[in-house]
Amino acid sequence: MTVFKRLRAARVAGSLNAAIFSLLAFLFAAPGGALAQTPRPWQMGMQAPHSPVMERIESLHTMVLWIITVITIFVAGLLCWVMFRYSAKRNPVPGRWAHNTTVEVLWTVLPVLILVVIAIPSFRLVYFEDRTFEPDMTVKVTGHQWYWEYTYPDSANLDFTSYMVPDDELKAGQLRLLDVNNQMVVPAGKNIRILTTSGDVIHSFYIPSLGVQRYAIPGRIIETWFKVDEPGTYYGECNQICGENHSRMPISIKAVTPAEFTAWLADAKTKFSSNDSAARPIYATNDR
Amino acid sequence: MSATTHDHAHDDAHGHDHHDHKPGFVQRWLFSTNHKDIGSLYLIFAVIGALSGGVLSIIMRAQLASPGNHIITTGQEWNTIITAHGLLMIFFAVMPAVIGGFGNWFVPLMIGAPDMAFPRLNNISFWLLVPAYALIMTGLLMGESGSGWTLYPPLSNSQYEPGMGMDLTLFALHLAGASSLLGAINFITTIFNMRAPGMTLHKMPLFVWGTLVTAFLLLLSVPVLAGAITMLITDRNFNTAFFDPQGGGDPVLFQHLFWFFGHPEVYIMILPGFGIVSHIISTFSKKPVFGYLGMAYAMVAIGVVGFVVWAHHMFVSGMEVDTRAYFMAATMIIAVPTGIKIFSWIATMWGGSIEMTTPMLWAIGFIFLFTVGGVTGVVLSNAGLDEILHNSYYVVAHFHYVLSLGAVFSIFAGFYYWIGKITGKPYPEFWGKVHFWVTFIGVNLTFFPMHFLGLAGMPRRYPDYPTAFAGWNQVASFGSYIGGFSMLIFLYVCYRTFTSKEHLPANYWGEGATTLEWTVSSPPPFHTFEELPQIH
Repeated sequence: MTVFKRLRAARVAGSLNAAIFSLLAFLFAAPGGALAQTPRPWQMGMQAPHSPVMERIESLHTMVLWIITVITIFVAGLLCWVMFRYSAKRNPVPGRWAHNTTVEVLWTVLPVLILVVIAIPSFRLVYFEDRTFEPDMTVKVTGHQWYWEYTYPDSANLDFTSYMVPDDELKAGQLRLLDVNNQMVVPAGKNIRILTTSGDVIHSFYIPSLGVQRYAIPGRIIETWFKVDEPGTYYGECNQICGENHSRMPISIKAVTPAEFTAWLADAKTKFSSNDSAARPIYATNDR
Repeated sequence: MSATTHDHAHDDAHGHDHHDHKPGFVQRWLFSTNHKDIGSLYLIFAVIGALSGGVLSIIMRAQLASPGNHIITTGQEWNTIITAHGLLMIFFAVMPAVIGGFGNWFVPLMIGAPDMAFPRLNNISFWLLVPAYALIMTGLLMGESGSGWTLYPPLSNSQYEPGMGMDLTLFALHLAGASSLLGAINFITTIFNMRAPGMTLHKMPLFVWGTLVTAFLLLLSVPVLAGAITMLITDRNFNTAFFDPQGGGDPVLFQHLFWFFGHPEVYIMILPGFGIVSHIISTFSKKPVFGYLGMAYAMVAIGVVGFVVWAHHMFVSGMEVDTRAYFMAATMIIAVPTGIKIFSWIATMWGGSIEMTTPMLWAIGFIFLFTVGGVTGVVLSNAGLDEILHNSYYVVAHFHYVLSLGAVFSIFAGFYYWIGKITGKPYPEFWGKVHFWVTFIGVNLTFFPMHFLGLAGMPRRYPDYPTAFAGWNQVASFGSYIGGFSMLIFLYVCYRTFTSKEHLPANYWGEGATTLEWTVSSPPPFHTFEELPQIH
């Protein structure tokens, strides 16, 4: 990862401060450390996109943001103009008219046209981000109060839990309220099908930089997907109120090369075998 | 007091020839059947509700001013506070102010009716709110209703919120809902049956139109909420499993029911405000409302379409993609009638002779801020973008722009427009303007940075957040202190108004104010329109 690429990513995020911060982060990060996609101080825009879905979300958002900014400035300009031009001082005698069919038709039809312009790419996006029809692998995500459980049904139901690193156990370089003890590991460049469910209350599996969010609802399995474009660490958080520690069950995803992923799988199978989780039926995770 | 009693006895004996006698204190304020007195009670109640909810919001912003749990140390306490803040502001501040307060005061006056159709029902509507408020505050103080105002099970069921505080909160909603429902029935009956001769529906003032549409929204949506929370209460207490998957129930069903109520609810809070703003813009531009019929039917359209867009609150609840596409399209359509209203207000001002009084400032502020909140609504209606904006601070920014800055600005606009009519005394113009500018700066500093936080991915309902979000949160907290300070200015304005020795004439706004409330004295006599006015 070059410093330039980081700076470019920061510029996409839309802030000079973000650029400076990412430069600092690069200077102080451990050498060879992969990209970490986190929110940045004073950030004003979206996190840099790292999946095909998020790239499309970002570009549609940029378009809509332009449209709404122009509309808002237009309305503000009109308000300022009428306040100035038609103040009681400049225009002591008010008009009595209250109809003008032409402008009424215009301000009904023009917004409809603008909405059509927004709607066409929006429909495309909704259908694109719905699901992947060629999943390379599946990860089942189960929300719990207050941790995440990741199951890999393609790999003999490898199953492990992911807790936030408490503040007093943070190591140097670890991010408060974002880093976890066991990251979800996926291969970069592959279509990952995500199935969410919950063992207790509703949670939400939310990773801004990958453009993915789905509720984790008990008794339901919800499908979504992502494809991480390059190796790195991507952070997300639980995004549906789930009780006392709602803010303390972050999501951390480590995307690696396919070769590294195979190696990790082998390691993980021994590391997490003590969980006795392989024997667990995949959808019965209600541990209460 | 004895004189009053004597008068009363005298009247009883000799018929009601002395029309403006007022009953004794208990009779007048506790057993009130007078729409103006009930309206005043509602307004006072709304101020109490807003102050309670406002104190909670200051506590929340103080907590969020920097990362770490400084003030609220447990997540459960935090969740209870956010729940109470939302419910208080919606059910005990905005709704009592616009519907119960201004609606009761001015709907009968504007249509030339002597009172509401069912005065005793009106009294019950108000007095149901008081125990509801007590219940919700008890739930807050017990710290046991930490489900968020959306009350989603399973978090709100007996396994995860076992305390009685949650039940109290649910019962509070039942009472507040019954109150709104009775009020809605009363308004619909009054508006349909008690208009003065000659006042056809198409001559009705826009505030009355707004209240009428609102009343229909309440009538059709509140029973759905009542059903949902009744099922939740039986799930909690009588082992039913409406929303429990382990008993064959479905948590998503609750979301559908809740938002079938919850989405019309947001229009319930804003539609009467639309009406208020129309009157103010027209009065101070000294020009009739532009496109009156378009304005009225835009509100009707918003009300109708508002009923078929509810699931845009549930884009990430696992709905079928075609369903999401439908709700996205339907939601976007609401931008059209809203745009018609915004542009018609501007067209009303165009060619007018504008006086920048305090109510006009609030009304113009409303138009601008509601536009900002409206366009972010177009962003959020987009199911594709909502994938990462759902439940983020972008949503918090959006709904505070339309409610905390939209609805609340319309309430303050109405307050400054009508307080002279209600009390017969003028408000201090200078302090009214100071109140506006301090509020305007405070709320924008509070809520605008929340757009940035949401885009960067900060989830809502967090008592503590990753360090990167600290900067804008600090700005927002600073803004909220300014906003809190502006409430003190408002109380000072109230104090100055009520202690003023001046007396206002019937129509103190002059030629621009053309609705019927300006034909009666300020304050109006206890009973108005005993002889019905004739509208031409």
